[in-house]
Amino acid sequence: MSREAQWEVVIGLETHAQLQTRSKIFSGAATAFGAEPNRQACAVDIALPGVLPVLNREAVVCAIKFGLAVGAQIAPRSIFARKNYFYPDLPKGYQISQYEIPVVLGGGVAIKVSPDGTPREKIVRLTRAHLEEDAGKSLHEDFHGKTGIDLNRAGTPLLEIVTEPDMSSSAEAVAYAKALHSLVTWIGICDGNMQEGSFRCDANVSVRRPGEPLGTRREIKNLNSFRFLQQAIDYEIQWQINEIEEGRKIQQATVLFNPDTGETRAMRSKEDAHDYRYFPDPDLLPLEITPAWIDEVKSGLPELPGAMRARFERDFGLNAYDAEVLTDELAKARYFETAVAGAGAANAKLCANWVMGEIASRLNAEQREFAQLPVSAAQLAGVVARIADGTISNKMAREVFDALWNGEAADADTVIAARGLKQVSDASAIEPIIEEVLAANPKSVEEFRAGKEKAFNALVGQIMKTTKGKANPQQVNDLLRRKLGA
Amino acid sequence: MSLTPDEVRRIARLARLEISAEETDRTREQLNGILAFIEQLQAVDTAGVEPMAHAMDIVQRLRSDAVTEPDRREAFQAIAPETEAGLYLVPKVIE
Repeated sequence: MSREAQWEVVIGLETHAQLQTRSKIFSGAATAFGAEPNRQACAVDIALPGVLPVLNREAVVCAIKFGLAVGAQIAPRSIFARKNYFYPDLPKGYQISQYEIPVVLGGGVAIKVSPDGTPREKIVRLTRAHLEEDAGKSLHEDFHGKTGIDLNRAGTPLLEIVTEPDMSSSAEAVAYAKALHSLVTWIGICDGNMQEGSFRCDANVSVRRPGEPLGTRREIKNLNSFRFLQQAIDYEIQWQINEIEEGRKIQQATVLFNPDTGETRAMRSKEDAHDYRYFPDPDLLPLEITPAWIDEVKSGLPELPGAMRARFERDFGLNAYDAEVLTDELAKARYFETAVAGAGAANAKLCANWVMGEIASRLNAEQREFAQLPVSAAQLAGVVARIADGTISNKMAREVFDALWNGEAADADTVIAARGLKQVSDASAIEPIIEEVLAANPKSVEEFRAGKEKAFNALVGQIMKTTKGKANPQQVNDLLRRKLGA
Repeated sequence: MSLTPDEVRRIARLARLEISAEETDRTREQLNGILAFIEQLQAVDTAGVEPMAHAMDIVQRLRSDAVTEPDRREAFQAIAPETEAGLYLVPKVIE
């Protein structure tokens, strides 16, 4: 039995998603990323004496959307609490968060797992999600032995999403984080930009021998990429197993992941660091969410990815893989649907191939987002329709698409006409060319008759060359085989 | 319930208050006095009463999501002990 098989891994994630509001959660300062230091930190954010927080309605709407999207219970009445700790990027000396009664309770996120090689669906249960404010940033570069504080981020609304300890490998943790990331961007509550810190994960990791009670966990803080999440958890699992096998006990701790070394290391944290002395914030009254408000938010939610996936499989006959890839991003799914609407449901698979193939690789090569695609869905539909009706070959279609991508024309038909790209499918036009090529290449004909398939391809190549690539390749294949009596 | 001197020192440390030995005793007496009041309150049977988070039985008013605060960095930083490059400077934070 392998060493890993003797251990069970238990992982829970806490994710901080910055909510896409224009202003902060408790003040009217702007939240835009990248402003000069402290230009978006108002009196409330820097905690001048006498200021009072006023809750942003839109932040609550985001929490309701999330609760609906994960099938959670939305608390009709939730409470804001003060989480007390001292750190210079938290000027009030407490963070406004939620403690006993969070706004979202329960729910779950579906992921695909395959621990034994067979893929199946697993639901990662959510414990809760609560609203809170982000802290500022400490810049530890040397300012004459001092630390610089930028409070632009202080007061940015966050939704902290907490799972049950339901994941049992780094792969599952990453699958959950990706599914959650896709969901929060899909419903438009978070921009999902991990580099800018809009979506960051803390991972609680412990190991135990099968059947034993839960082991002591260590919390890896602030993982801001899926790769780091995977690496940090893998390292942490090995580290904990080593410690236990060598007879040491795991101490509960908060650890940081160092991407340069790939290691996790315990933060030097002060005694009492976790004694937050939560209590209800007297500055904020209970938050009431009425059923009418929930209904109103619900009516504005887009179709959720799971439902859309099922619909793509059912209505367009796509396989599960295609349906999943097409629905990992709302902009992509909408683009695909618009293209299918233009090209016809019968050509859905062809549209899917273009979206997942040519378009995905071009976007990847140019580091662009789906939202910035230069070819509209209607333009793609035009290309697909001409492939489907036999006007152009796949090769020609790529040329047409390229022209559209570069803005050379407004639609596929214009490019086809301008470049004379119509493929020739007319046998009476192709046959004389075949005769001509066969007469000029007796050696290839001999070789083919002697059983060399390569020679056949060489002949096809010659014919395509003579027709300047315009002959329908399938037609050429069929006619040539017939001519050679094969 | 009454607090020990150690507990009083710990509470002071959490609140970042520096208290002398003499202050520790006085603070302990005062806190214990407060706790005695709370004990009286806790003697009331509250079974079946929903916990209260706020003295007023009204709900939170919400503001619309609009940027209403202008940039007043210069005014704020004029009263800060030390600033540089737009940042507030504080004693070095060791982590």
